[in-house]
Amino acid sequence: MFAAAAIALLVTAALALARAAIGPTVFDRLQAANTIGTCAMLLVAVMGFLNGRPEFLDLAIIYGLLNVIGMVAVLKFFRQGKLGEADE
Amino acid sequence: MPAPFLLAAGVGSALLVVWFARRLNIADREGHPVHLAWHALFSYWPWLLKEIAVSAWQVCRIVLDPKLPVSPTLVRFKPSQITDVGLVTHANSITLTPGTISVEVSRDEFLVHALTREGAAGVRRGGEMDKRVRALESRPELFP
Amino acid sequence: MLLDLFSDLASWACLLAGSFFCIVGGIGLLRMPDFYTRVHAASLTDTLGAGLILLGLLLQAGFTLVGAKLLMIALLIFFASPTASHALTRAALVRGLAPKLAPPLADPLETPPSKP
Repeated sequence: MFAAAAIALLVTAALALARAAIGPTVFDRLQAANTIGTCAMLLVAVMGFLNGRPEFLDLAIIYGLLNVIGMVAVLKFFRQGKLGEADE
Repeated sequence: MPAPFLLAAGVGSALLVVWFARRLNIADREGHPVHLAWHALFSYWPWLLKEIAVSAWQVCRIVLDPKLPVSPTLVRFKPSQITDVGLVTHANSITLTPGTISVEVSRDEFLVHALTREGAAGVRRGGEMDKRVRALESRPELFP
Repeated sequence: MLLDLFSDLASWACLLAGSFFCIVGGIGLLRMPDFYTRVHAASLTDTLGAGLILLGLLLQAGFTLVGAKLLMIALLIFFASPTASHALTRAALVRGLAPKLAPPLADPLETPPSKP
């Protein structure tokens, strides 16, 4: 059953990756990156249970923290610096 | 054997960071209102979880509908909360419920993007969520 | 042992439902017409998908240190994911990305109130 959840998370990450590839604006890509990050965090947690090593959860916590901080940092840079235009 | 040492080291470094933050004057003087959180644990959070589940199911049906019946709407309204914690709780709850996102948040006005017109009609001054957060906030100990 | 079986079943149901909501969120991310509506679809993955999967894992872990860590992850998602969505949409609006809005309804009494 953990395997099913892991596969579902991989599928979700793949769908988000497709959106990141085609998404017209930068914000679409950022949203897709955020979703991939959430999926990766959950995937690390589920893989820990799948392998019988729940110590992986520490990694999942770190991953989640980095995901949020990275997101906010990119947005801040994006709003203040000149990193590309949001081409419609 | 290493567990007590690790826990003690964790507590020690956390206290050290708090001390540094206070010395640097970047710590939040107001602090987190724990009494509010305790009260909310039994009244507000269960309602919010129910609300999240219900609206997630609605968004799920919209996504899986072949016709994709979205009617995106922007709503402006003035929240009735007074404290910062109340405003943040309200805005966070709006965003947490799938189907509505708080785009602009200020003391005078919230700008909310909703996926459907029905969802947009749900968030307004005097709406259910607004009232509940307001009730959460109107505890006497918050207004010394 | 009946209790074990019951909690196992509940945890499997939670994992499957969470996986379902995650995939639906991913599909919504691809199907929705513009950026703002895509954020709605992604918040489906962030809230109910992640929450149900973590609940399923929590039922497997029980009241242990592992369970406490799972609760920490759930709280992190609970507080951080709306913040990220809000920052993202606000940045998009400030940057001038106009949302595609539905045409206003014909009957003015039925439109949601735009001003209080």
